Amino acid sequence: MNSKILELQQIKREFIMGTETVRALKGVSFDVHAGEFVTIMGSSGSGKTTLLNLLGCLDKPTAGNYLLDGVDVGNLSRNELARLRNRKIGFVFQAYNLLPRTSALENVELPLFYNPSLSASERKDKAVKALEAVKLADRLDHTPSQLSGGQQQRVAIARALVNQPVMILADEATGNLDTRTSYEIMSLMQDLNKEGKTIVFVTHEPDIAAFSNRTVMLRDGKVVKDTVNENVRSAKEALESLPPADDY
Amino acid sequence: MSAINLVRIALRALQRNKLRAFLTMLGIIIGVAAVIAMVAIGEGSKESIQSQLSAMGSNMITILPSSNVSGGVRIEGASFQSLTIVDVKAIQKNAEHVSAVSPVSSTKGQAIYGALNWPTSLQGVAPSYFDIRKLEVADGVSFTDADVATAAKVCVLGKTVINNLFPSGESPVGKVIRLNSIPLQVIGTLVPKGQSSFGQDQDDIILTPYTTVQKRILATIYFQSIYASAVSEGTSAQATDEITEILRETHRLRPGDENNFQVRTMEELIKTLSSTSSLLTVLLTAIAGISLVIGGIGIMNIMYVSVTERTREIGLRMSVGARGVDILLQFLVEAIIISVTGGIIGVILGVTTAQVITLTLGWPTIVSESSIVLSFMVCALTGVFFGYYPAQAASRLDPIEALRYE
Ligand SMILES: Nc1ncnc2c1ncn2[C@@H]1O[C@H](COP(=O)(O)OP(=O)(O)OP(=O)(O)O)[C@@H](O)[C@H]1O
Ligand SMILES: [Mg+2]
Repeated sequence: MNSKILELQQIKREFIMGTETVRALKGVSFDVHAGEFVTIMGSSGSGKTTLLNLLGCLDKPTAGNYLLDGVDVGNLSRNELARLRNRKIGFVFQAYNLLPRTSALENVELPLFYNPSLSASERKDKAVKALEAVKLADRLDHTPSQLSGGQQQRVAIARALVNQPVMILADEATGNLDTRTSYEIMSLMQDLNKEGKTIVFVTHEPDIAAFSNRTVMLRDGKVVKDTVNENVRSAKEALESLPPADDY
Repeated sequence: MSAINLVRIALRALQRNKLRAFLTMLGIIIGVAAVIAMVAIGEGSKESIQSQLSAMGSNMITILPSSNVSGGVRIEGASFQSLTIVDVKAIQKNAEHVSAVSPVSSTKGQAIYGALNWPTSLQGVAPSYFDIRKLEVADGVSFTDADVATAAKVCVLGKTVINNLFPSGESPVGKVIRLNSIPLQVIGTLVPKGQSSFGQDQDDIILTPYTTVQKRILATIYFQSIYASAVSEGTSAQATDEITEILRETHRLRPGDENNFQVRTMEELIKTLSSTSSLLTVLLTAIAGISLVIGGIGIMNIMYVSVTERTREIGLRMSVGARGVDILLQFLVEAIIISVTGGIIGVILGVTTAQVITLTLGWPTIVSESSIVLSFMVCALTGVFFGYYPAQAASRLDPIEALRYE
């Protein structure tokens, strides 16, 4: 349980924009153990999304090593990376990235299409269960344009859960949600964490960070603080302590 | 990824963009249909010209006077006078491969009957001319060698002449018409032949013994042409050689002298004409080919746009685990579905168009298999190539780059 699932060693990521070089990450090193619930915090532009993309094997560092489950990701082929993203990682994008004109159900099914061991009915079962978990069971046939921002966010979360990954990476997954729904999502995350899934959750709300057991602070592409949260708040209790939903 | 999954993903993607898929298909449909219809028109007209010519008698041989060098001056063929009755008799007597021969001495004139008149062509021929040209008498009789011997004032009328001189429908047989002030008794009528493939009315004609024209109207001993029939289609080359030899003798040409006549077989004429209509086919095919190229460019454009527009989708699919090859196959299958469906509809539309043209305009059409195969292949391959190529480019991007694409 206490093995290192993620190891970051002096990770740098630079973007070359014509003659200028934007240094989004300037040497980030930290480890994440299996079963941890880590939040990454930092102000806008501090490099949170850039870091999470690297963790999700969507992007490659300019310099430094990234080990996932002890394997140096830099040495993997494109196909091996694709398989890794499909089976091990559930990614929630800051911008949702749902397929337009496609029902919620089909959007959630998408990762399963790239897993040949599943039959059509298994695929549908899993997708429906994932949507039930984010409380969207009654919106299976709705397309993204027929859903609110928060509902789209939840479809994106369902899509990240559907393949039962060992690790969930979420970029501001509660950014567009009201307090109650945010807490519901965090409660879901805590349940998933209890099942043994490792979670890395980007947010800039300290309120949300309180539900995790560790917080990494980024500033200007560098880790400035890495604290373990001694008394983790239970999202379920927080939900119960909210005033009952009024019928306004 | 399994084939079923692949087809399912592709079909769902097409369903999401029905209009775009249809527009892409439209380019292919029009390109394929245009080529098939155009080529069908070209081939059809070629075939019909050929069959009409064969109906005229494929073992027919024409002998025309021709310009040879006469004191260094070339004289126009028609005005050159070299064919006489001596030539006709010599051919009749000595050519083994010739079954029939007839001179032609023709003139233009105003045919008059009662108050009606009609400008037409008077052809002086021998009775054997009917066999050579496959002419048949409908009513009455044809003239005989005896009529030729006496330069009898008798004639056989073509349908157009009858229609204009005898509009009330009465039988012209036995009546006397006048042509260039010569009275001619109508002894027969011709079975109509209709228009020739050159657009000439073959029924606008009066036939009479050649002696009548030569002696009573033109006062000449020369003929405009001589028509002959080879014994069979296969012997027309030998017949031509024989005739050439005989005429060189009767014209007293020395070895090395140029012929002052031309001998033409129907076969040569058929060849010349089919090469002209082949040119027409080539021309139509070229036009169709251009429309195919334009259609192809349309396909390229839409395919290219549709793939680049979907770069984000590609990025998303890769980020949830699609490999480069999955993306490629998806777009390939989409392109194949669009191209093949469009191609099939195009073939159906092209064949139908050809039939509609035949039914409404009366143009003969022949749908050739090669045009179907060729146009189908060109469109399908264009579609597949230009669906595949940008997809391949996109599948090589990193997922995050593709997602960030605008
Ligand atoms: N593709 C790119 N090209 C150029 N610069 C980039 C690119 N991606 C990110 N950056 C730059 O890297 C820095 C970090 O960006 P990043 O998106 O990681 O910030 P963030 O912490 O997620 O911010 P936010 O809270 O607003 O989402 C920014 O200065 C940004 O402009
Ligand atoms: Mg961000």
